[in-house]
Amino acid sequence: MFNKDSWKEIFDTIQKNKLRTFLSGFTVAMGILIFIILFGLGNGLQNSFGKFFTDDKVNTIRLYPSSTTIPYRGYKSQRRIKFTNSDLKDFKEKFNSKIEDIVVRNSFYNQIKYKEKSNNYSVRAVSPGHQEAELTIIMKGRYLNEGDIANKKTHVVIGRLVAEDLFKDEDPIGKYIFGSGHSWKVIGVFQDEGGDREERNLYVPYSTMQKIQKNNDEIDQMIVIYDKNMSYDESLILEKELESYIKKKKFISPEDNRGVYISNTGEGQENTRQFASVLNIIISFIGIGTLIAGIIGISNIMVFVVKERTKEIGIRKAIGASPKSIIAMILQESIFITIISGYSGLLTALLILNLIGDSLMEKYFISNPYIDTSDAVWATIILIFFGALAGYLPARKAARIKPIIALRDK
Amino acid sequence: MIEIKKLNKSYRIGQNSLHVLKGIDLKINEGELVAIMGSSGSGKSTLLNIIGMLDNYDSGLYSLDNFPIKDLDETKAAKYRNQFLGFVFQSFNLINYKTALENIALPLYYQGVSRKERQGIALEYLDKVGLADWAEHLPSELSGGQKQRIAIARALASQPKVLLADEPTGALDSTTSEEVMSLIKKINKEGKTILVVTHEHDIANMCNRIVTLKDGVIMTDVKIK
Repeated sequence: MFNKDSWKEIFDTIQKNKLRTFLSGFTVAMGILIFIILFGLGNGLQNSFGKFFTDDKVNTIRLYPSSTTIPYRGYKSQRRIKFTNSDLKDFKEKFNSKIEDIVVRNSFYNQIKYKEKSNNYSVRAVSPGHQEAELTIIMKGRYLNEGDIANKKTHVVIGRLVAEDLFKDEDPIGKYIFGSGHSWKVIGVFQDEGGDREERNLYVPYSTMQKIQKNNDEIDQMIVIYDKNMSYDESLILEKELESYIKKKKFISPEDNRGVYISNTGEGQENTRQFASVLNIIISFIGIGTLIAGIIGISNIMVFVVKERTKEIGIRKAIGASPKSIIAMILQESIFITIISGYSGLLTALLILNLIGDSLMEKYFISNPYIDTSDAVWATIILIFFGALAGYLPARKAARIKPIIALRDK
Repeated sequence: MIEIKKLNKSYRIGQNSLHVLKGIDLKINEGELVAIMGSSGSGKSTLLNIIGMLDNYDSGLYSLDNFPIKDLDETKAAKYRNQFLGFVFQSFNLINYKTALENIALPLYYQGVSRKERQGIALEYLDKVGLADWAEHLPSELSGGQKQRIAIARALASQPKVLLADEPTGALDSTTSEEVMSLIKKINKEGKTILVVTHEHDIANMCNRIVTLKDGVIMTDVKIK
């Protein structure tokens, strides 16, 4: 029955039963529309969630020296532990195979001046690897490099907001600012996803700062960047190894919870991952739920449509329609309507998601809602399939009814 | 044309069996116009449904144009109905969203006749029942008599061997009834075999043979001059 004439018959039927066509088409389109928008918004929520946790590099272990609380090997308690440049060298050599870099960060708080303007900012004396650990994005110029460290250059990289505060519209690159009794040449401007506070920082070479601070070689904080392919459990082992190595090297009691403080950002990542997977389950649940609701809606309307046509089916059978041709007619009609309306629902939904874009970010933490094309297409196919099935079952039943009984239907 | 021998039909109603047709013998020749009469429950509608292949029978013999009709599945029954029979119902049974012309053309669609050809044949029959000007009207825009004439045209369009009419005038007033009956008579005069089920004597008297059923058996079978 798949010839041109039977299609003409179907278009004819569709045209002359506009309300019925509209109802079933609308149900399908709505089903798809709601599914894709909810699913897309869910993905958007996941997007922003991911963004919140990508400010800092995740595969890092931070080491902070502090004071001991237990006497050990002839040392009294309350001893302040210090990291030095030689420790840095030893750590790097010892853990060379498992880590990418160990980054130095010494923090200060200084008054910085440029011409008439001055302000207090946090200054971080760092090694070049700090850019990777903090995911600092260079807007202009460059970040600190090994040459700056080796030659103890008075170079500075300033935050976007520092540049705004001190330089207004002026280009800060190559200009000199004044702080800690020295002049610093601005070599770069950066931005940071971490927000305003992060963008009010200045970065200088740690070696330069150590020289200025009366030639000491102390390090406040080390950030170990480990291989990003390392699993969370492996990173925990590395953490333990680091801890016991440092405790041994610095004569800290293995029982002492203080002395050195170690924090693994992998832990945060593990929490994020778990939360994301819960979110994912919720979103899938919503998706499947709306899809099922859509299928039920379509099935309802199909059953109704066939019921409404019982008498017509009886008439057609009495004048010579075979059961097959009856089923084919109803199926072709329902598949045609579901494909057309399913497709338009799909396009409308994608358009709406596109229009939403990042506009819900501020209030609802939904950014860039999207749906995989394959997900969307599969959902449409599933709805069309069930729409057809929902049409087929009552159609088969109707086609089996004896025409004499169908004709009695009012 | 129609040959029926010892035809039996029972319906099962719960535990009991209702014997509706009790050994009917009936022979209808080509070109006859036969009225089947009887009160309700006499079995006349059941007989028509069996002849019309809308219902099965239990035992006996039924052949249409020397073609035995027995235990047909739905697909075959549909095919034979389409080829051999034309139906006219009391309640017209036109498809309400199709125009007069499209309704008449529908049996031809199931015969696989091309669209253009269907239109031509349908127009021809529309003209035959005197409603050529109403081709594009929907059934809801037609009177009862007009609807029945469209239904008759539809039944004729597939050029059936036999026309079966189940109370064709049951829903019409007497004037219109007469109009419809004279149309049926006219078609009969052109050679078509026609069976009319009715309970009205006036209508039966317009036919040339009256078969009266009572309690599932034929009581009388009279020819009218």
